[in-house]
Amino acid sequence: MNPLRSLLALLVFPGLLYALPMGWLMLGMERKLRARFQGRIGPPLSQPFYDVVKLLAKWPVPRVVADKWLLAGLPLLAVGSMMGALTLLPVFAGESGFPGDLILLVGLLEMPPLCMILAGYASRSIYGEVGATREAIISIASNVPLLAALVALATAANSMHLSEIAVATPWTVRIPALLAILFCLPVKLRLNPFSLANAEQEILAGPLTEFDGPLLALWELAHALEWVALTGFAATLMFPVRSGLWFVDALVFVLLSLILVPLLTLLASATARLKIAQATRLLWRWGSVIAAVALATALLVRHGGH
Amino acid sequence: MNAPERGLFFRLIERARRRSAWLFHFNAGSCNGCDIELVACLTPRYDVEQVGICLEGSPRHADVLCVSGPVTRTTRAALVTIYSQLPGPKVVVAIGSCPATGNVFAGSPMIDGPLDRIIPVDVYVPGCPPRPHSIIAGVARAIDLLAGRRSAVVEGGR
Repeated sequence: MNPLRSLLALLVFPGLLYALPMGWLMLGMERKLRARFQGRIGPPLSQPFYDVVKLLAKWPVPRVVADKWLLAGLPLLAVGSMMGALTLLPVFAGESGFPGDLILLVGLLEMPPLCMILAGYASRSIYGEVGATREAIISIASNVPLLAALVALATAANSMHLSEIAVATPWTVRIPALLAILFCLPVKLRLNPFSLANAEQEILAGPLTEFDGPLLALWELAHALEWVALTGFAATLMFPVRSGLWFVDALVFVLLSLILVPLLTLLASATARLKIAQATRLLWRWGSVIAAVALATALLVRHGGH
Repeated sequence: MNAPERGLFFRLIERARRRSAWLFHFNAGSCNGCDIELVACLTPRYDVEQVGICLEGSPRHADVLCVSGPVTRTTRAALVTIYSQLPGPKVVVAIGSCPATGNVFAGSPMIDGPLDRIIPVDVYVPGCPPRPHSIIAGVARAIDLLAGRRSAVVEGGR
């Protein structure tokens, strides 16, 4: 893996320079579209940017009961791991990443929920603890179909290398696996039918209840980057052809990522929040069925091919 | 102490504060009349989110503390705690006649209000209950004060 190329991927595209404005645009689109679906005018697209600037300029109230280094480290870790995940996305043709980077990507994508769970407990707030418990349960529930779908993709492509998986997986496996991954997207992004962990107003703000000022801004950043990374990951799997021209590949990636935003927002506006048991049942029953279909087809494709 | 403009950085912060005011609503023994009117501001008819105003669940996320009710003796301690949990710069809006004067409860031994005896109040929105228009006007005035705050010292309290 070319070090210059990976540095560019980290800092320019699909890393920091692209992901930050894109994350704000996606969050802004989500809020604007949700408002339009509800018959409101809604905030301007630049709203998430102003939210972060305002939060960065606040004067936080010091707390004595919680470990301040832990509380500062967790959102930083979430932001950092999302940057790493973005770097690994197989947007372009040719050799990017390294064999086995699928496992690293899964680990990095799991970091923000894990950080949020730890932050909820570390903040020493009852609402934080309730939110963290819910986040932990919903993470386990959504990881069953998600990981099964990824195993199916890797089995069918006979590789753990993301750039090979993105291109080589046959459609028979790709479609059910992609459906299972899309099923898990609103869970990972804590959107409405699965917005149990951050459950606004119901348990105040969930794990982030006790975070204020710059630290809350960091969480907002991590969330924006999560949007870009997760929709981007789905986008790289949706379209298996890489033209080789970098701008065409980049444009396809951006468009496919952006298409997912209105769809996710529509789902979030049309549904109400589920209970934790209902959400888990839905994910384990229907999500796992789709993922199991993907897994079965993957095994058939692989053994049929020999 | 509204200092003159201090360059691009401060103007950006001021603009961000104007366009992203998050509210926390504290019910200090209100009859729920003002609370309903406050929530009405979020509905499609008034839609305050178009200027970035959100109702937040946690006081630590908020910029504007909206208090309704005459501050009963049982809510006083919670009110003081919540006020201290808001990170600065912060402003307080007294929603309705109760936090401003005590309204029909004035002189009752059960209330510790009016509100400005307990925490500094920046904007009063009178009415029993005030209409959503008045609440939005009051919050807009509060956001003006918020954007100009330069130091942690609260000025303008009565």
